[in-house]
Amino acid sequence: MQEVRLEVNGKRISKDVPDQTLLSELLRDILNLTGTHIGCDTSQCGACVVHVDGKSVKSCTVLAADINDSKITTIEGLSQNGKLHPMQEAFKKHHGLQCGFCTPGMVMSAIDLLKNKKNPSDQEIRDWLEGNICRCTGYQNIVAAVKEAANKS
Amino acid sequence: MKNFSYHTAKNIKEATKLASSKTAYLAGGMTTLPAIKLRMAAYSDLIDIKKIKDLTGIKVSGKTLKIGATTKHADVASSKEVKKSIASLSSLADGIGDPQVRNRGTIGGSIANNDPSADYPAACLALNANIHTSSRKIESSKFFKGMFETALKSGELIQSVEFQIPEKSCYVKFPNPASRYAIVGVYVAKFKSEVNVAVTGAKSYVFRCEEIEKILSKNFSESSLNSLNLKTSGLNADIHASADYRAHLILTLAKKAVASCK
Ligand SMILES: Cc1cc2nc3c(=O)[nH]c(=O)nc-3n(C[C@H](O)[C@H](O)[C@H](O)COP(=O)(O)OP(=O)(O)OC[C@H]3O[C@@H](n4cnc5c(N)ncnc54)[C@H](O)[C@@H]3O)c2cc1C
Ligand code: FES
Ligand code: FES
Repeated sequence: MQEVRLEVNGKRISKDVPDQTLLSELLRDILNLTGTHIGCDTSQCGACVVHVDGKSVKSCTVLAADINDSKITTIEGLSQNGKLHPMQEAFKKHHGLQCGFCTPGMVMSAIDLLKNKKNPSDQEIRDWLEGNICRCTGYQNIVAAVKEAANKS
Repeated sequence: MKNFSYHTAKNIKEATKLASSKTAYLAGGMTTLPAIKLRMAAYSDLIDIKKIKDLTGIKVSGKTLKIGATTKHADVASSKEVKKSIASLSSLADGIGDPQVRNRGTIGGSIANNDPSADYPAACLALNANIHTSSRKIESSKFFKGMFETALKSGELIQSVEFQIPEKSCYVKFPNPASRYAIVGVYVAKFKSEVNVAVTGAKSYVFRCEEIEKILSKNFSESSLNSLNLKTSGLNADIHASADYRAHLILTLAKKAVASCK
Protein backbone atom coordinates (compact mmCIF):
# COMPACT_ATOMS: atom_id res chain seq x y z
CA MET A 1 0.00 0.00 0.00
CA GLN A 2 1.06 3.59 -0.60
CA GLU A 3 -0.07 6.70 1.17
CA VAL A 4 -1.02 9.20 -1.51
CA ARG A 5 -1.42 12.86 -0.62
CA LEU A 6 -2.82 15.14 -3.27
CA GLU A 7 -4.66 18.38 -3.74
CA VAL A 8 -7.62 17.56 -5.96
CA ASN A 9 -9.61 20.51 -7.27
CA GLY A 10 -8.36 22.62 -4.38
CA LYS A 11 -9.15 20.04 -1.69
CA ARG A 12 -6.42 18.20 0.16
CA ILE A 13 -6.84 14.46 0.32
CA SER A 14 -4.84 11.58 1.71
CA LYS A 15 -5.59 7.94 0.90
CA ASP A 16 -3.93 4.58 1.33
CA VAL A 17 -4.10 2.81 -2.03
CA PRO A 18 -2.59 -0.36 -3.50
CA ASP A 19 0.73 0.30 -5.32
CA GLN A 20 -0.70 -0.37 -8.77
CA THR A 21 -3.59 2.13 -8.43
CA LEU A 22 -3.82 4.44 -11.45
CA LEU A 23 -4.63 8.11 -11.07
CA SER A 24 -7.79 7.46 -13.14
CA GLU A 25 -8.86 4.76 -10.67
CA LEU A 26 -8.16 6.95 -7.67
CA LEU A 27 -10.26 9.74 -9.17
CA ARG A 28 -13.18 7.64 -10.36
CA ASP A 29 -13.41 4.73 -7.94
CA ILE A 30 -12.10 6.19 -4.71
CA LEU A 31 -12.92 9.91 -4.95
CA ASN A 32 -16.08 9.39 -7.05
CA LEU A 33 -14.98 12.02 -9.56
CA THR A 34 -16.46 10.20 -12.54
CA GLY A 35 -16.20 13.17 -14.91
CA THR A 36 -12.80 11.82 -15.94
CA HIS A 37 -13.64 9.12 -18.47
CA ILE A 38 -11.89 5.89 -19.40
CA GLY A 39 -12.02 5.10 -23.11
CA CYS A 40 -9.11 2.95 -24.24
CA ASP A 41 -7.25 2.55 -20.93
CA THR A 42 -4.00 2.28 -22.93
CA SER A 43 -3.06 5.95 -23.40
CA GLN A 44 -4.42 6.36 -26.92
CA CYS A 45 -7.77 8.19 -26.69
CA GLY A 46 -7.36 11.08 -24.23
CA ALA A 47 -10.77 10.69 -22.53
CA CYS A 48 -8.94 10.53 -19.18
CA VAL A 49 -6.89 13.74 -19.50
CA VAL A 50 -6.52 15.75 -16.28
CA HIS A 51 -3.99 18.33 -15.13
CA VAL A 52 -1.14 17.41 -12.79
CA ASP A 53 0.59 20.54 -11.52
CA GLY A 54 -0.95 22.44 -14.41
CA LYS A 55 0.14 20.07 -17.19
CA SER A 56 -2.19 17.77 -19.10
CA VAL A 57 -1.55 14.04 -18.68
CA LYS A 58 -3.42 10.85 -19.41
CA SER A 59 -4.57 9.72 -15.97
CA CYS A 60 -4.95 6.09 -17.12
CA THR A 61 -1.17 5.95 -17.57
CA VAL A 62 0.00 7.54 -14.32
CA LEU A 63 0.32 5.73 -11.00
CA ALA A 64 -1.29 7.57 -8.10
CA ALA A 65 1.82 6.93 -5.99
CA ASP A 66 4.01 8.44 -8.71
CA ILE A 67 2.51 11.93 -8.35
CA ASN A 68 2.43 12.23 -4.58
CA ASP A 69 2.12 15.82 -3.34
CA SER A 70 0.88 17.15 -6.71
CA LYS A 71 -2.05 19.39 -7.51
CA ILE A 72 -4.69 17.76 -9.67
CA THR A 73 -7.43 19.51 -11.61
CA THR A 74 -10.22 17.48 -13.17
CA ILE A 75 -13.22 18.55 -15.24
CA GLU A 76 -15.18 18.87 -11.98
CA GLY A 77 -12.74 21.54 -10.78
CA LEU A 78 -13.17 23.97 -13.67
CA SER A 79 -16.39 25.82 -12.95
CA GLN A 80 -16.21 28.55 -10.33
CA ASN A 81 -19.22 29.45 -8.17
CA GLY A 82 -21.56 27.64 -10.52
CA LYS A 83 -20.18 29.47 -13.56
CA LEU A 84 -18.78 27.35 -16.38
CA HIS A 85 -15.13 27.77 -17.41
CA PRO A 86 -14.84 29.77 -20.68
CA MET A 87 -13.71 26.58 -22.47
CA GLN A 88 -16.80 24.71 -21.27
CA GLU A 89 -18.97 27.67 -22.28
CA ALA A 90 -17.43 27.66 -25.77
CA PHE A 91 -17.94 23.90 -26.22
CA LYS A 92 -21.58 24.39 -25.25
CA LYS A 93 -22.10 27.32 -27.59
CA HIS A 94 -20.43 25.70 -30.61
CA HIS A 95 -21.91 22.28 -30.05
CA GLY A 96 -18.40 20.90 -29.60
CA LEU A 97 -19.82 17.64 -28.30
CA GLN A 98 -22.42 15.08 -29.19
CA CYS A 99 -22.32 12.01 -26.92
CA GLY A 100 -19.93 13.84 -24.60
CA PHE A 101 -17.69 10.90 -23.86
CA CYS A 102 -14.51 12.53 -25.12
CA THR A 103 -15.46 15.98 -23.82
CA PRO A 104 -13.83 16.07 -20.36
CA GLY A 105 -10.48 15.07 -21.89
CA MET A 106 -10.91 17.45 -24.83
CA VAL A 107 -11.66 20.37 -22.52
CA MET A 108 -8.75 19.63 -20.17
CA SER A 109 -6.35 19.20 -23.08
CA ALA A 110 -7.57 22.38 -24.82
CA ILE A 111 -7.10 24.43 -21.65
CA ASP A 112 -3.49 23.24 -21.48
CA LEU A 113 -3.03 24.30 -25.11
CA LEU A 114 -4.09 27.87 -24.32
CA LYS A 115 -1.57 27.95 -21.47
CA ASN A 116 1.14 27.11 -23.98
CA LYS A 117 -0.14 29.15 -26.90
CA LYS A 118 -2.45 32.12 -26.55
CA ASN A 119 -3.81 32.34 -30.09
CA PRO A 120 -3.43 28.98 -31.78
CA SER A 121 -4.24 28.52 -35.46
CA ASP A 122 -6.69 25.83 -36.59
CA GLN A 123 -3.74 23.61 -37.45
CA GLU A 124 -2.12 24.15 -34.06
CA ILE A 125 -5.38 23.26 -32.34
CA ARG A 126 -5.69 20.07 -34.39
CA ASP A 127 -2.06 19.14 -33.75
CA TRP A 128 -2.43 19.70 -30.03
CA LEU A 129 -5.59 17.58 -29.85
CA GLU A 130 -3.75 14.70 -31.57
CA GLY A 131 -4.09 12.59 -28.44
CA ASN A 132 -7.84 13.19 -28.02
CA ILE A 133 -10.11 11.03 -30.11
CA CYS A 134 -13.74 11.95 -30.80
CA ARG A 135 -15.99 9.49 -32.60
CA CYS A 136 -18.95 11.85 -32.97
CA THR A 137 -18.29 15.46 -33.88
CA GLY A 138 -15.82 15.29 -36.76
CA TYR A 139 -13.74 17.80 -34.75
CA GLN A 140 -14.96 20.92 -36.68
CA ASN A 141 -16.98 22.31 -33.78
CA ILE A 142 -14.36 21.36 -31.24
CA VAL A 143 -11.81 23.45 -33.14
CA ALA A 144 -14.32 26.31 -33.37
CA ALA A 145 -14.94 26.12 -29.62
CA VAL A 146 -11.24 26.19 -28.76
CA LYS A 147 -10.77 29.15 -31.12
CA GLU A 148 -13.49 31.11 -29.42
CA ALA A 149 -12.19 30.31 -25.95
CA ALA A 150 -8.76 31.53 -27.11
CA ASN A 151 -10.20 34.78 -28.43
CA LYS A 152 -12.07 35.41 -25.21
CA SER A 153 -9.23 34.73 -22.80
CA MET B 1 -3.22 -4.66 -13.62
CA LYS B 2 -0.99 -7.39 -12.35
CA ASN B 3 0.30 -6.59 -8.87
CA PHE B 4 3.69 -5.01 -8.38
CA SER B 5 5.36 -3.00 -5.67
CA TYR B 6 6.22 0.63 -6.28
CA HIS B 7 9.46 2.16 -5.03
CA THR B 8 10.94 5.62 -5.33
CA ALA B 9 14.71 5.66 -5.64
CA LYS B 10 16.46 8.69 -4.14
CA ASN B 11 19.70 8.21 -6.01
CA ILE B 12 21.36 6.09 -8.69
CA LYS B 13 22.93 3.71 -6.18
CA GLU B 14 19.59 2.99 -4.55
CA ALA B 15 17.93 2.45 -7.94
CA THR B 16 20.49 -0.05 -9.22
CA LYS B 17 20.53 -1.86 -5.88
CA LEU B 18 16.77 -2.44 -6.06
CA ALA B 19 16.93 -3.62 -9.68
CA SER B 20 16.85 -7.25 -10.80
CA SER B 21 15.67 -9.26 -13.79
CA LYS B 22 12.11 -9.10 -12.39
CA THR B 23 11.96 -5.32 -12.00
CA ALA B 24 11.63 -2.36 -14.35
CA TYR B 25 12.60 1.24 -13.95
CA LEU B 26 9.65 3.59 -14.09
CA ALA B 27 10.35 6.77 -16.02
CA GLY B 28 7.38 8.24 -17.93
CA GLY B 29 5.52 4.93 -17.75
CA MET B 30 4.08 5.60 -21.20
CA THR B 31 5.32 2.25 -22.44
CA THR B 32 5.61 0.24 -19.22
CA LEU B 33 2.11 0.82 -17.83
CA PRO B 34 0.22 -0.02 -21.05
CA ALA B 35 2.47 -3.09 -21.48
CA ILE B 36 1.56 -4.31 -17.98
CA LYS B 37 -2.14 -3.64 -18.60
CA LEU B 38 -2.05 -5.53 -21.89
CA ARG B 39 -0.25 -8.40 -20.14
CA MET B 40 2.72 -8.10 -22.44
CA ALA B 41 4.94 -7.53 -19.39
CA ALA B 42 4.85 -8.34 -15.67
CA TYR B 43 7.21 -7.10 -12.96
CA SER B 44 7.57 -7.75 -9.25
CA ASP B 45 8.62 -4.15 -8.66
CA LEU B 46 8.68 -0.81 -10.44
CA ILE B 47 11.51 1.49 -9.43
CA ASP B 48 10.61 5.13 -9.99
CA ILE B 49 13.72 7.04 -11.09
CA LYS B 50 12.12 10.45 -11.65
CA LYS B 51 13.07 11.83 -8.23
CA ILE B 52 16.77 11.31 -8.94
CA LYS B 53 18.02 14.84 -9.64
CA ASP B 54 21.22 13.77 -11.46
CA LEU B 55 19.16 12.09 -14.18
CA THR B 56 17.42 15.15 -15.53
CA GLY B 57 18.55 18.23 -17.40
CA ILE B 58 20.02 19.55 -20.63
CA LYS B 59 23.57 20.78 -21.06
CA VAL B 60 25.63 21.98 -24.00
CA SER B 61 29.39 21.80 -23.61
CA GLY B 62 31.73 22.38 -26.52
CA LYS B 63 30.77 20.03 -29.31
CA THR B 64 28.17 17.96 -27.49
CA LEU B 65 24.65 18.22 -26.13
CA LYS B 66 23.91 16.06 -23.10
CA ILE B 67 20.37 15.18 -22.07
CA GLY B 68 19.57 13.47 -18.77
CA ALA B 69 17.71 10.17 -19.02
CA THR B 70 14.50 11.29 -17.31
CA THR B 71 14.22 14.55 -19.27
CA LYS B 72 10.74 14.65 -20.76
CA HIS B 73 10.05 14.96 -24.48
CA ALA B 74 8.20 18.26 -23.83
CA ASP B 75 11.25 19.71 -22.06
CA VAL B 76 13.56 18.75 -24.92
CA ALA B 77 11.09 20.23 -27.42
CA SER B 78 10.88 23.57 -25.60
CA SER B 79 14.54 23.88 -24.59
CA LYS B 80 16.33 26.94 -26.00
CA GLU B 81 19.69 25.15 -25.69
CA VAL B 82 18.45 22.25 -27.81
CA LYS B 83 16.92 24.59 -30.41
CA LYS B 84 20.17 26.49 -30.66
CA SER B 85 22.55 23.53 -30.77
CA ILE B 86 20.56 20.83 -32.62
CA ALA B 87 17.23 22.23 -33.86
CA SER B 88 16.31 18.95 -35.55
CA LEU B 89 16.34 17.21 -32.17
CA SER B 90 13.96 19.78 -30.76
CA SER B 91 11.48 19.21 -33.59
CA LEU B 92 11.88 15.44 -33.27
CA ALA B 93 10.88 15.66 -29.60
CA ASP B 94 7.96 17.93 -30.52
CA GLY B 95 6.67 15.28 -32.93
CA ILE B 96 6.59 12.33 -30.50
CA GLY B 97 3.06 11.06 -29.90
CA ASP B 98 0.84 13.81 -28.52
CA PRO B 99 1.22 16.56 -25.88
CA GLN B 100 0.23 14.25 -23.00
CA VAL B 101 2.76 11.60 -24.08
CA ARG B 102 5.40 14.34 -24.33
CA ASN B 103 4.51 15.61 -20.85
CA ARG B 104 5.42 12.22 -19.34
CA GLY B 105 7.62 10.22 -21.72
CA THR B 106 11.40 10.44 -21.36
CA ILE B 107 14.43 10.07 -23.61
CA GLY B 108 15.92 7.30 -21.44
CA GLY B 109 12.69 5.30 -21.55
CA SER B 110 12.45 5.71 -25.29
CA ILE B 111 15.92 4.41 -26.10
CA ALA B 112 15.84 1.68 -23.42
CA ASN B 113 12.64 0.44 -25.02
CA ASN B 114 14.09 0.61 -28.57
CA ASP B 115 10.73 0.36 -30.33
CA PRO B 116 11.33 -0.35 -34.04
CA SER B 117 9.36 2.82 -34.89
CA ALA B 118 10.62 5.14 -32.14
CA ASP B 119 12.17 8.49 -33.02
CA TYR B 120 15.06 9.00 -30.55
CA PRO B 121 17.00 5.89 -31.63
CA ALA B 122 17.38 7.47 -35.09
CA ALA B 123 18.72 10.65 -33.48
CA CYS B 124 21.23 8.63 -31.46
CA LEU B 125 22.64 6.86 -34.54
CA ALA B 126 22.68 9.96 -36.75
CA LEU B 127 24.26 12.17 -34.10
CA ASN B 128 26.93 9.65 -32.95
CA ALA B 129 25.49 9.68 -29.45
CA ASN B 130 27.18 8.11 -26.47
CA ILE B 131 24.86 6.52 -23.92
CA HIS B 132 26.16 6.99 -20.39
CA THR B 133 24.94 4.34 -17.98
CA SER B 134 25.45 3.47 -14.32
CA SER B 135 28.44 1.32 -15.28
CA ARG B 136 29.88 2.46 -18.64
CA LYS B 137 29.68 4.52 -21.81
CA ILE B 138 28.10 2.81 -24.83
CA GLU B 139 28.37 4.07 -28.41
CA SER B 140 25.00 4.18 -30.16
CA SER B 141 26.32 1.94 -32.92
CA LYS B 142 26.71 -0.78 -30.27
CA PHE B 143 23.63 0.08 -28.19
CA PHE B 144 20.67 -0.85 -30.41
CA LYS B 145 20.78 -4.61 -30.80
CA GLY B 146 17.45 -5.76 -32.21
CA MET B 147 13.70 -5.34 -31.96
CA PHE B 148 13.07 -3.95 -28.42
CA GLU B 149 16.62 -5.07 -27.62
CA THR B 150 19.58 -3.04 -26.42
CA ALA B 151 23.07 -3.61 -25.01
CA LEU B 152 21.79 -2.74 -21.50
CA LYS B 153 22.43 -5.47 -18.94
CA SER B 154 19.88 -6.34 -16.28
CA GLY B 155 19.62 -3.41 -13.87
CA GLU B 156 21.90 -1.13 -15.88
CA LEU B 157 20.56 2.41 -15.68
CA ILE B 158 20.84 5.01 -18.45
CA GLN B 159 22.01 8.28 -16.95
CA SER B 160 22.31 10.51 -19.98
CA VAL B 161 22.55 10.64 -23.73
CA GLU B 162 25.33 12.75 -25.22
CA PHE B 163 24.82 13.87 -28.83
CA GLN B 164 27.52 15.29 -31.11
CA ILE B 165 26.47 18.66 -32.49
CA PRO B 166 26.49 18.44 -36.31
CA GLU B 167 27.10 21.20 -38.87
CA LYS B 168 23.54 20.75 -39.99
CA SER B 169 20.81 18.16 -39.64
CA CYS B 170 17.17 17.39 -40.20
CA TYR B 171 14.72 14.65 -39.15
CA VAL B 172 11.66 13.92 -41.28
CA LYS B 173 9.10 11.32 -40.31
CA PHE B 174 6.10 9.93 -42.05
CA PRO B 175 3.89 9.22 -39.04
CA ASN B 176 1.26 6.57 -38.71
CA PRO B 177 -1.81 8.82 -38.53
CA ALA B 178 -3.23 6.95 -35.54
CA SER B 179 -0.26 6.29 -33.28
CA ARG B 180 2.13 9.05 -34.51
CA TYR B 181 4.96 6.52 -34.41
CA ALA B 182 7.09 6.55 -37.57
CA ILE B 183 6.04 4.38 -40.49
CA VAL B 184 9.44 5.55 -41.66
CA GLY B 185 11.61 8.30 -40.21
CA VAL B 186 14.93 9.50 -41.63
CA TYR B 187 17.52 11.52 -39.71
CA VAL B 188 20.25 13.17 -41.78
CA ALA B 189 23.21 14.74 -39.99
CA LYS B 190 26.15 16.39 -41.73
CA PHE B 191 29.42 16.59 -39.85
CA LYS B 192 32.71 18.04 -41.05
CA SER B 193 34.06 14.67 -42.18
CA GLU B 194 30.98 12.48 -42.55
CA VAL B 195 27.29 12.32 -43.29
CA ASN B 196 25.09 10.04 -41.20
CA VAL B 197 21.68 8.83 -42.31
CA ALA B 198 19.69 6.89 -39.71
CA VAL B 199 16.39 5.22 -40.50
CA THR B 200 13.65 4.16 -38.07
CA GLY B 201 10.40 2.30 -38.69
CA ALA B 202 11.65 0.45 -41.76
CA LYS B 203 13.34 -2.65 -40.26
CA SER B 204 13.13 -4.60 -37.02
CA TYR B 205 15.21 -1.86 -35.46
CA VAL B 206 16.92 1.41 -36.28
CA PHE B 207 19.80 1.32 -38.80
CA ARG B 208 22.13 3.53 -40.81
CA CYS B 209 21.60 3.57 -44.55
CA GLU B 210 25.10 3.31 -45.99
CA GLU B 211 24.02 3.56 -49.63
CA ILE B 212 22.60 7.03 -49.03
CA GLU B 213 25.47 8.05 -46.75
CA LYS B 214 28.05 7.19 -49.41
CA ILE B 215 26.41 9.38 -52.03
CA LEU B 216 25.76 12.31 -49.68
CA SER B 217 29.32 12.25 -48.34
CA LYS B 218 30.53 12.99 -51.88
CA ASN B 219 27.79 15.36 -52.89
CA PHE B 220 25.45 16.68 -50.21
CA SER B 221 22.46 17.52 -52.37
CA GLU B 222 18.93 16.31 -52.89
CA SER B 223 19.51 15.67 -56.60
CA SER B 224 22.50 13.39 -55.94
CA LEU B 225 19.98 10.80 -54.73
CA ASN B 226 17.83 10.92 -57.88
CA SER B 227 19.22 7.81 -59.53
CA LEU B 228 19.40 5.66 -56.39
CA ASN B 229 17.20 2.60 -56.11
CA LEU B 230 17.06 1.10 -52.63
CA LYS B 231 16.77 -2.64 -52.13
CA THR B 232 13.60 -3.75 -50.42
CA SER B 233 14.92 -6.97 -48.90
CA GLY B 234 14.84 -6.92 -45.12
CA LEU B 235 12.40 -4.01 -44.96
CA ASN B 236 9.21 -4.30 -42.89
CA ALA B 237 5.97 -5.08 -44.67
CA ASP B 238 2.70 -4.81 -42.73
CA ILE B 239 -0.84 -3.44 -42.99
CA HIS B 240 0.52 0.09 -42.86
CA ALA B 241 3.08 -0.10 -45.66
CA SER B 242 4.66 -2.66 -48.00
CA ALA B 243 8.43 -3.09 -48.22
CA ASP B 244 8.43 -1.33 -51.62
CA TYR B 245 6.57 1.61 -50.18
CA ARG B 246 8.96 1.81 -47.24
CA ALA B 247 11.97 1.80 -49.59
CA HIS B 248 10.35 4.63 -51.50
CA LEU B 249 9.69 6.52 -48.26
CA ILE B 250 13.30 6.18 -47.09
CA LEU B 251 14.55 7.83 -50.27
CA THR B 252 11.84 10.49 -50.40
CA LEU B 253 12.27 11.44 -46.73
CA ALA B 254 16.07 11.46 -47.09
CA LYS B 255 15.74 13.95 -49.96
CA LYS B 256 13.35 16.09 -47.96
CA ALA B 257 15.71 16.00 -45.00
CA VAL B 258 18.70 17.04 -47.13
CA ALA B 259 16.67 19.87 -48.65
CA SER B 260 15.63 21.21 -45.23
CA CYS B 261 18.93 20.61 -43.41
CA LYS B 262 20.01 23.54 -41.27
C1 LIG C 1 -0.01 7.16 -27.57
C2 LIG C 1 1.49 7.06 -27.63
C3 LIG C 1 2.15 7.56 -28.74
C4 LIG C 1 3.54 7.47 -28.83
N1 LIG C 1 4.15 7.97 -29.94
C5 LIG C 1 5.49 7.89 -30.06
C6 LIG C 1 6.16 8.42 -31.20
O1 LIG C 1 5.56 9.00 -32.11
N2 LIG C 1 7.51 8.28 -31.26
C7 LIG C 1 8.23 7.68 -30.27
O2 LIG C 1 9.44 7.60 -30.38
N3 LIG C 1 7.63 7.21 -29.16
C8 LIG C 1 6.28 7.29 -29.04
N4 LIG C 1 5.68 6.82 -27.90
C9 LIG C 1 6.52 6.23 -26.83
C10 LIG C 1 6.98 7.32 -25.87
O3 LIG C 1 8.00 8.08 -26.44
C11 LIG C 1 7.46 6.74 -24.55
O4 LIG C 1 7.61 7.82 -23.72
C12 LIG C 1 8.75 5.98 -24.56
O5 LIG C 1 8.81 4.95 -25.47
C13 LIG C 1 9.03 5.35 -23.21
O6 LIG C 1 9.47 6.32 -22.34
P1 LIG C 1 8.98 6.38 -20.85
O7 LIG C 1 9.79 7.43 -20.19
O8 LIG C 1 7.52 6.52 -20.81
O9 LIG C 1 9.47 4.96 -20.32
P2 LIG C 1 8.84 3.86 -19.34
O10 LIG C 1 7.54 3.38 -19.88
O11 LIG C 1 8.83 4.38 -17.96
O12 LIG C 1 9.94 2.74 -19.49
C14 LIG C 1 10.09 2.03 -20.69
C15 LIG C 1 11.21 0.97 -20.53
O13 LIG C 1 12.47 1.62 -20.41
C16 LIG C 1 13.12 1.28 -19.20
N5 LIG C 1 13.80 2.50 -18.72
C17 LIG C 1 13.22 3.72 -18.53
N6 LIG C 1 14.16 4.60 -18.15
C18 LIG C 1 15.33 3.94 -18.09
C19 LIG C 1 16.68 4.32 -17.76
N7 LIG C 1 17.00 5.57 -17.41
N8 LIG C 1 17.64 3.37 -17.81
C20 LIG C 1 17.34 2.09 -18.17
N9 LIG C 1 16.11 1.68 -18.49
C21 LIG C 1 15.11 2.59 -18.46
C22 LIG C 1 12.03 0.78 -18.30
O14 LIG C 1 12.53 -0.11 -17.34
C23 LIG C 1 11.08 0.12 -19.27
O15 LIG C 1 11.50 -1.16 -19.56
C24 LIG C 1 4.29 6.88 -27.77
C25 LIG C 1 3.63 6.39 -26.65
C26 LIG C 1 2.25 6.46 -26.56
C27 LIG C 1 1.57 5.94 -25.35
S1 FES D 1 -8.46 6.15 -21.28
FE1 FES D 1 -6.58 7.15 -20.97
S2 FES D 1 -6.00 7.66 -22.97
FE2 FES D 1 -7.79 6.48 -23.31
S1 FES E 1 -18.69 13.71 -28.55
FE1 FES E 1 -18.87 11.57 -28.66
S2 FES E 1 -16.81 10.95 -28.68
FE2 FES E 1 -16.62 13.07 -28.86
